[in-house]
Amino acid sequence: MGMKKNRLERRHLMEAFMKALMYISFVIVAGALGLILWTIISRGLPSLTWDMVSQVPKGGYYMGKEGGILNAIIGSLYLAAGGTLLAILLSLPIALYLKTYLGQSKWGEYVRLSLDVLWGIPSIVYGAFGFALMIAFGMRASLLAGILVLALVELPIMTRAMDEVIRRMPADLEHAALALGSTKFEVALNVVTRQMLPGIVTAILLAFGRGIGDAASVLFTAGYTDRIPTSLMRPTASLPLAVFFQLGSPYPEVRERGYAAALILTIIVLAVSFGARWLSGRLNKYTIK
Amino acid sequence: MDAHIQVKNLDAYYNKQQALKNVNIEIPKNQITVIMGPSGCGKTTLLKTFNRFFELTENTKLTGEVLVDGQNIYDKDVDVTEVRKVVGLLAQRPSPLPMSIYDNVVYGMHLHKMKKDRKEYKEAVRHYLEIAGLYEEVKKRMHDPATSLSIGQQQRLCLARGLAVEPEIILGDEPTSALDPISSQNIEARLLELKQQYTTVIVTHTLRQAKRLADYVIYMYLGEVIESGPAKEVFGNPKHERTKQYLEGLF
Repeated sequence: MGMKKNRLERRHLMEAFMKALMYISFVIVAGALGLILWTIISRGLPSLTWDMVSQVPKGGYYMGKEGGILNAIIGSLYLAAGGTLLAILLSLPIALYLKTYLGQSKWGEYVRLSLDVLWGIPSIVYGAFGFALMIAFGMRASLLAGILVLALVELPIMTRAMDEVIRRMPADLEHAALALGSTKFEVALNVVTRQMLPGIVTAILLAFGRGIGDAASVLFTAGYTDRIPTSLMRPTASLPLAVFFQLGSPYPEVRERGYAAALILTIIVLAVSFGARWLSGRLNKYTIK
Repeated sequence: MDAHIQVKNLDAYYNKQQALKNVNIEIPKNQITVIMGPSGCGKTTLLKTFNRFFELTENTKLTGEVLVDGQNIYDKDVDVTEVRKVVGLLAQRPSPLPMSIYDNVVYGMHLHKMKKDRKEYKEAVRHYLEIAGLYEEVKKRMHDPATSLSIGQQQRLCLARGLAVEPEIILGDEPTSALDPISSQNIEARLLELKQQYTTVIVTHTLRQAKRLADYVIYMYLGEVIESGPAKEVFGNPKHERTKQYLEGLF
């Protein structure tokens, strides 16, 4: 039995090496995440007061005096919720159309390719594009413009994420519905959407996370203001920009508040993630495993 | 013979590969017809042409006619959803929809708007679950997910769901091959009960099942129909050497 020992040893060595490599990758990723969280918590938590989340900036806030960033919190929620909602209205039909009528055809691949390209475009370019359009239409920076541009930023991510989920739809299930005399559209609406709902929720979440954290696209389009927007046509503040402006401040207290704003943003994203997970767990009840 | 389905000069191709070669058969009304033959002989393909499932596979071609009650289901002005309403399918593995037990049965009826109000739908769901022999087992958990049922129960649910859209023809693509022996027996018993009211076409590669169910038999080999006729004649006195060999279990 000793004759194959050499080769076996090499194979086991290879396995040990690959395992170590994977372990190291994991440590690097987990370490980076931990470090980020540590930074924003250790520097942001001391400045995170009730005033921070319950008040808008007062005079002198940006020099370290009283007030909070409620304007940015509400603004970001409005922007991201609006943008995500609008993106859902476009993404779900596109993803269903891709699955139902285009499939693996040439046109389906073209649509996927264009979405992938759109995904790769930096959000500052979306912001500049939106800004150019706004000037052409004589629009000012506003909540509405911010929502529209965020919807554009989120659209390719959401659509492709939904597409990847919906593509894994079991053919048996579709055939079962077709056999009863459903049209393809009815299959998409009644069966595919239901079966894939948990995955669709995850796709929405992914896009929401990108939307709420994006600073560049809302910089020109939504503007920034110390007030909470009262209409779609008013400009609005946002958390990423609140982080950006405060971190650039010469006052140390203001910079600390920048970290606190980042912490708030992280907490919102986490809360939405857990909420969506919980929801998709509930929606899971009827899906076929 | 009172033929419910007539197949005329049917040729079917996957890409360039011919799967059905000039099939000409008639399937009798309100009897159980069993299509049998070795793997790859085209029996499932033939079945799929009866509810226009063949066209769901990409790069396929079909020529010839399939007539149901004298109407060619491949005519341009025939609505495919109507064909599939008239020609129901019991698949190889039960495939409940991602819904509750109740919603699975009511789904098809809703599609075709077959009843007037909730009460009528509810009664119909009960009726078809009873026919499928499942009602007693599920009456207290109608709103549980369909996947909470055993595989055998799921197949009976699929039967109830299929019957609920009031088809005239039931196709079965090896409908018991994924089931345990008791559940298989149960499905077979249902099919025998139902054959007075429905034209039933079953694909099977279990010879014993074919003998238990068949009133009429179609034997296929390499995409051709070798022999077809009443079960007694084909099983008792096969005309073709190939059929005889198959029945004797030589291949």
